[in-house]
Amino acid sequence: MTLMEPHTARAAESQKSETRYKKPSLWKQALRHLLRNKLAVSGFIVVAFMFLACFIGPLFSPYADNKINMSIMNKPPSWQHWLGTDKLGRDVLTRVLQAGRISLTVGLASMALSVFLGTLLGALAGYYRGIVDQIIMRIADLLLTIPGLPLLFISGALLSEWKVPTDYRMYIVMLMLSLVNWPGLARMIRGQLLSLREQEFMHAAVVLGLRDRRKLLHHLLPNLVPLIIVMATLNIGGAILSESVLSFFGLGVMPPTPTWGNMIDAANNMIDFQQRPWLWIPPGLSIFATVIAINLFGDGLRDVLDPKLKR
Amino acid sequence: MSALLKIEGLSTHFITEEGRIKAVDEVSLRILQGETVCIVGESGCGKSVTAMSVMGLLQGGLGVAIDGRITFQDTDLLSLNKAEIRAIRGHEIAMIFQEPMSSLNPVLTIGEQLIEPMMEHLKLNKKVARERATALIEQVGISRSKQIMNSYPHELSGGMLQRIMIAMAISCGPKLLIADEPTTALDVTIQAQILDMLRQIKEESGMAILLITHDLGVVAEMADYVVVMYAGKIVEEGEVTKLFEDPKHPYTQGLLRSKPVLGQRQEELFSIPGQVPNLLELQPYCYFHDRCEHCMAICRTQEPELGVVGHQQKAACWLYGEVAHHG
Amino acid sequence: MAEPLLEIRHLKKYFPIKTGLLGRTTGQVKAVDDISITIQEGETFGLVGESGSGKSTVGRSIVRLTEKTDGEIMFRGTDLHSLQGDELRRLRPKLQMIFQDPYGSLNPRIRVGDAIGEALLDHGLLGKGEIRERVLEVLNSCGLSSYHIDRYPHEFSGGQRQRIGIARALILNPDLMIADEPVSALDVSIQAQIINLFRKLQESQGLTYLFISHDLSVVEHLCSHVGVMYLGGMVETATRDELFLHPLHPYTKALLSAVPMPIPRLKRERIILKGDIPSPANPPSGCKFHTRCPFATSECREQIPNMRNVGSNHYVACHWV
Repeated sequence: MTLMEPHTARAAESQKSETRYKKPSLWKQALRHLLRNKLAVSGFIVVAFMFLACFIGPLFSPYADNKINMSIMNKPPSWQHWLGTDKLGRDVLTRVLQAGRISLTVGLASMALSVFLGTLLGALAGYYRGIVDQIIMRIADLLLTIPGLPLLFISGALLSEWKVPTDYRMYIVMLMLSLVNWPGLARMIRGQLLSLREQEFMHAAVVLGLRDRRKLLHHLLPNLVPLIIVMATLNIGGAILSESVLSFFGLGVMPPTPTWGNMIDAANNMIDFQQRPWLWIPPGLSIFATVIAINLFGDGLRDVLDPKLKR
Repeated sequence: MSALLKIEGLSTHFITEEGRIKAVDEVSLRILQGETVCIVGESGCGKSVTAMSVMGLLQGGLGVAIDGRITFQDTDLLSLNKAEIRAIRGHEIAMIFQEPMSSLNPVLTIGEQLIEPMMEHLKLNKKVARERATALIEQVGISRSKQIMNSYPHELSGGMLQRIMIAMAISCGPKLLIADEPTTALDVTIQAQILDMLRQIKEESGMAILLITHDLGVVAEMADYVVVMYAGKIVEEGEVTKLFEDPKHPYTQGLLRSKPVLGQRQEELFSIPGQVPNLLELQPYCYFHDRCEHCMAICRTQEPELGVVGHQQKAACWLYGEVAHHG
Repeated sequence: MAEPLLEIRHLKKYFPIKTGLLGRTTGQVKAVDDISITIQEGETFGLVGESGSGKSTVGRSIVRLTEKTDGEIMFRGTDLHSLQGDELRRLRPKLQMIFQDPYGSLNPRIRVGDAIGEALLDHGLLGKGEIRERVLEVLNSCGLSSYHIDRYPHEFSGGQRQRIGIARALILNPDLMIADEPVSALDVSIQAQIINLFRKLQESQGLTYLFISHDLSVVEHLCSHVGVMYLGGMVETATRDELFLHPLHPYTKALLSAVPMPIPRLKRERIILKGDIPSPANPPSGCKFHTRCPFATSECREQIPNMRNVGSNHYVACHWV
């Protein structure tokens, strides 16, 4: 039993729509609700801080050139090196921030690509249905049946086997992550589109004789935007995590290019793990904080933009 | 005759982010034994919330504030704990809803759901309960009772399910049946069957009915006593013929005049201008004043109280201000 | 008589029932089964029926939201279902529809003014500057104010939304307006406002309506001609006065007597039908109404009754009238 039965709930809604004063737009309302969600706001603050720190922070570091200096290798945190130095004598704090640039870029870029692919293919499948739908969705199903991580591992191993230059690997990792992530997105978009198509306002658009382009761009797309925003946000976290896992196993972005994942790799021997925690705790914590914060923010967004997706 | 159910000063408010919604505000009414009382009003007037408050379905809910007294046969329902309410609910007070489909459990058979309350409240054993359930199904006008006992809710039509709901409601011999828009989701011919059956059951068993509806036609057919609600308050109440023949409150008058009636075609329907006020922005004066054709200065400054305006009839309106004060 | 505005001849719409993995068709729901309706210019034709009667499918077939199975729908002499692509699109403004759900029929992310003016723009019927003026004019005639133009649908109540839906259809100057249960989701006091609006617009714009409703009292109030449907078939059509004063089909009679009247202690002879409405997937043989008809005989069970003219354009499909 809900708090109010549907009849009263609808009535309450209709009463809210008194027209004596202007109601804010749906977006402003959503923003107001979002600001009330403390977890989401703190998530956003953490994410914003991470971005600022990683992209601006290294500019102020005296160690940004990553010079190898064996005389100060593996030093614990000190006033000169706030988070200590690594086994090649590089400043760990600077490396963590530089790694953050790469990890966040990979996350954002692969998200952008998979959201683009997912939206385009999902929208095509949902709007045209029939054979187009069949082909797109069967490919998506195929990709979904293969567990993502092993697939990434195998392709990562192949990249190493073929001796792909390390500079390119970052871009290839982005591409791989998008390829693994788009089917889930396409499925959501398609489902949403199919249910939107059956809404009465879409029937009204047909009866009004509107052109296909207008129906797609003015009626369907604006109603998909909230879903896309939410999915995109939650997707970044996943992408960062996958990249870290790959890099940790040495199958993603390779050193000397730092990423959070390959920095934790430093912890794969017992001495470093037990006696030099400054090597692996900072990158580990960065991954943890960023992904948690992005997910909190994404959950908050979902609650205000697309209440139907809750649970 | 003594009152079976007495509601005194019931207020059910919902506390939301936007503010306090006074869904039901200072409502008092009583139901005599064997009487049919109808609460009529438009959506959002608080009629359903009143019914749910009586059933204890809102108590303890998040952001729900209930105040007042609901006395059922000398028991104060609002002071009972969960177990005590459960002993009364479904036993002495039963309820049926607008959507029978969502009130039944889809994975249990009709029979299982019918015998459950009887085993619980009347302490019948399974065999006796099953026999009674079969008889009840026949009583509500379904012929293939054996077969229906073993079917699942989705196999039956809306009309059939509402019959089953009624069978379930009357299974423990309640003294009061609360029916919340029981025929709104049904077709007219099915509605006629259900109403007819409810009347029959009431005559045979002598139970009282609290009927919640928006349909004035249903009210006229079923009610002994009518309560008209608007924006959470009672604006008028009275014996059914009095209220329909000589409505006092301008809202009741407007409602009755704006409903098209078969065989009484007019060129233009009367319509109440404007719309229901926002429950979040209620002001301490007559809630109906801006839609009322008789609006006076006092209506914009003071809240009218429910006062006696005729034989067995009360209205909350300044048009009868004098009477209300002396009455 | 002049050429009718709309003529539906033997319209049939069967929906396939698909089962199993391969989606094999195992049966048909005969939502509309051989219906003929003629609507003259300026009439209001009321289509009445209970759930499953197929009345909404008829409306949706006219505006091609549903493709027919068989039959013809002639609009000013053109078969609507023979039109394709751009031909159909250009004709659409002439046939407009008002929907039942005031909440679902407006796109929540489009401003009211844009929603109303959009079709004019898309059809290139007016220039951008003129559209705003025309939108204001239509808003006004639908009882809304000019300041409503930049609002979003969620700021309006059910009744106001229905007015917006009417304005959106009205702006195209349609010849035929199909209203599918336009007032059944509204409260009584708001319902009366909308019914009066329909009336007013008909007088000022000379509209023709196909008014689909389950509510007989609303239909009596608004319509000049009435058709009663039962399980996909028409059982009786006549002018309003004929039908409400001299109903002939037993179903029409039962339907009329089932309407609760807001008059307490009213003594009237009530016909309470036995049983449920059968499923349209498995309709009874012969006369579809025979399972519930108090007068059914063996002939009714076997033979399908035809629509017969019993005088003054009153048609009934019953063996015993």
